[in-house]
Amino acid sequence: MSVQVRLPATLPPLFPGLPRRLELEAATVGQALDRLEERWPGIRDRLCEPGPVLRSHIHVYVDGERAGLDAPLASSARIDVIAAISGG
Amino acid sequence: MAKTIVMAGTRKGCFLLERDVGGGEWTTRGPYCEGWPVYHAVWDAEAGTIYAAAASAWHGASVWRSRDLGETWQQSSEGLAYEEDGLKLSKVSGLTAAPGRVFAGAENPGIFESRDGGETWSLLSRLEGQPGSDKWNDPANQPPGNLGVPAVLPHPEDPAHYWAIVQGVGIFETEDDAGSWMPRNEGLRADWPLEDPRVGYCVHKLVMSPVDETRLYQQNHVGMHRSDDGGHSWTEITEGLPTEFGFAAAAHPHDRDTFYVIPVDPGHGRTMPGGRAAVWRTRDAGSSWERLDDGLPQRDAHVGVLREGMAIDARDTPGLYFGTSTGQLFASDDEGESWTEIASYLPGIMSVEVAFVE
Repeated sequence: MSVQVRLPATLPPLFPGLPRRLELEAATVGQALDRLEERWPGIRDRLCEPGPVLRSHIHVYVDGERAGLDAPLASSARIDVIAAISGG
Repeated sequence: MAKTIVMAGTRKGCFLLERDVGGGEWTTRGPYCEGWPVYHAVWDAEAGTIYAAAASAWHGASVWRSRDLGETWQQSSEGLAYEEDGLKLSKVSGLTAAPGRVFAGAENPGIFESRDGGETWSLLSRLEGQPGSDKWNDPANQPPGNLGVPAVLPHPEDPAHYWAIVQGVGIFETEDDAGSWMPRNEGLRADWPLEDPRVGYCVHKLVMSPVDETRLYQQNHVGMHRSDDGGHSWTEITEGLPTEFGFAAAAHPHDRDTFYVIPVDPGHGRTMPGGRAAVWRTRDAGSSWERLDDGLPQRDAHVGVLREGMAIDARDTPGLYFGTSTGQLFASDDEGESWTEIASYLPGIMSVEVAFVE
């Protein structure tokens, strides 16, 4: 199902052509990251640690609710990937 | 025209300072690496590539690379991870360019290598079974805040032969490309109890004479030390220095007996004693030391220099460079006899390396 993804400003400079906002097909947050990884290899490492689990200062929200990689996505869901406030 | 490039890894990205090899004004470019903290930036002459070890609080550890002297950069951490449950890799602490590959020393302790110009990495060794490894591999002791491998020192002729530092543990040597290791800490001082006398030493910086691979020097947490047998045994050479503590060190490119250090106070401050900046030099393998401070600030200069914060070039009369953890970069064109401040307001400097490029 098609979902919206919004990414932090710190990511596009690392991956040529990566937009801040995009739509893709995914049933879970983890699948959404898989789709991103297919198009921009290496992006999963910037968001996840081995496990995989989300990095400690990367927060993901699905329709405004904090979510993990296995969170299911409804059609037209919005995923916000946030680089959490972490020092100065 | 050939240029001298000084690579400064800082808390807010990598900077490049350059000038013609014949001299002239320095110009500064950067910040690069998107402002990520850069722990060590190095030049790989064989590949014509700058590598920069960086770690973002958000996006983790990665190694950046530039094949056009900083104009464009890419980063990759593919393969820079431990497979075992509980072992974390928080950052790459040090990089070493060697023939055909680049070594990356990591925290938690491990050595990775890349043989494709930094596009992918693979684990070379975790020094399994070496004394001390049970503690550094304990899941309860994982980073951040734990120890790592800050440096790999290659033998100049034998690619399978190199030395690695494990912070707080000591030096290990391999002669079979990490197939086996030996602790090389005999003669080092430790001012704390040791469970195993083979390890438990705090080696801050290890350098080799470019003209004699058996001559090694190290700045240790407790004292300066010299080895005349490739690290098999060590002799303390601290006497004559203002403190026994420091991080940065450099070996003269043409004289095995000349060596430079930057002593700092050993307490919490870890800045130059008395607020007076100086580099110290021995020309007799540590029997005596001389203070070099012409052109360096001698009042209220409470500056520190980190482990990779000093570099030396290979000119007939070598140039020296050091950067402070408060962002000043100093250079000398005359083996340290006199100094010029070539950058004043960089972010805190964590590494300084120098290269000559066409």
